[in-house]
Amino acid sequence: MCGAPKQGGGLAGIDLSTQTVIQGSVWHDGAPVAGAYVRLLDSTDEFTAEVVTSPEGEFRFFAAPGEWKVRSLASVGKGERVVSAEVGLNETTVVVE
Amino acid sequence: MSRTDVLVTVDWAQENLGQPGIVFVEVDEDTSAYDGGHLEGAVKLDWKKDLQDPLRRDYLDKTAFEALLSARGIGNDDTVVLYGGNNNWFAAYAYWYFKIYGHSDVKLMDGGRKKWELDGRPLSKDEVDRPATQYVASEPDLSIRAFRDEVVAAIGSKNLVDVRSPDEFSGKILAPAHLPQEQSQRAGHVPTAINIPWSKAANEDGTFKSDEQLAALYGEQGFDDSRETIAYCRIGERSSHTWFVLSELLGKKNVKNYDGSWVEYGSLVGVPIEK
Repeated sequence: MCGAPKQGGGLAGIDLSTQTVIQGSVWHDGAPVAGAYVRLLDSTDEFTAEVVTSPEGEFRFFAAPGEWKVRSLASVGKGERVVSAEVGLNETTVVVE
Repeated sequence: MSRTDVLVTVDWAQENLGQPGIVFVEVDEDTSAYDGGHLEGAVKLDWKKDLQDPLRRDYLDKTAFEALLSARGIGNDDTVVLYGGNNNWFAAYAYWYFKIYGHSDVKLMDGGRKKWELDGRPLSKDEVDRPATQYVASEPDLSIRAFRDEVVAAIGSKNLVDVRSPDEFSGKILAPAHLPQEQSQRAGHVPTAINIPWSKAANEDGTFKSDEQLAALYGEQGFDDSRETIAYCRIGERSSHTWFVLSELLGKKNVKNYDGSWVEYGSLVGVPIEK
């Protein structure tokens, strides 16, 4: 359903031969940021999804191959990264400052 | 109806915590956020466990809704202030739901949990126990709820507003991208629907855009004020957000939320789909 599932954890049960997973973590001042808001924007900068990072600062999206932007908003600051995703696992780190 | 009748700011909320006659209600699909800390005194409603019929795909009937609100200690005369995660999607769904059952004074907290957290406002882990009430609901007001046949009949004649992301509208993906893309329904949208993503109505901190910005947004996207309107998304919660904008903030008439949404429509045999 549309509620954000628990972030982080293993990839067991996720079929990486069909799913395009974009995942990673949010960092600030050399440490992961828990409870940061992370949104996935499509190639036109339109909102596609948003999750809240796990206690370890992790996030995960299920997208499709193509260009995406991962933008994070936290009480300590903002940051973003562009990701060129393919089917399978695509990992990235977003630094907020 | 104006913005101040249906929306409260986080400042207002913080000043009014604990006021008699005002009940704060956190609504989420994943209520672990509430359990980790909530507005002081707020009760929780779990979108799936509390607000959906446990057997059929439908919301609760009148008797079950009355029992739920009574058990939560919500009275007919209380001002109910709803907030939640996911940019208030599920709180907006609950707002629409409280309106269906005729609750007279219900509001959303602008920006929801996200705005509250980003501001660094206090959260409480204390258990909340309100004395039970004898809540009495009205018969459901179906003038704000659309069913599938009405959606098919609306093709080409009403504003059909698909509030999902452009990639869901085009059929590139089948669900918001925080969810696995494994769904049984067909991808695409209802023919003649216009795609005005719910997110265009909100700022990045989850608050609603100004009335002027919202009026301009729907005007630019081809919303026809002379027509009746049906909003839909995937399961009816993002379209509740847009229903709230159109009906409650902009005061447009004859706006319905199709809570069956794409999960139902995209599974119907024989209905037209565009991609």
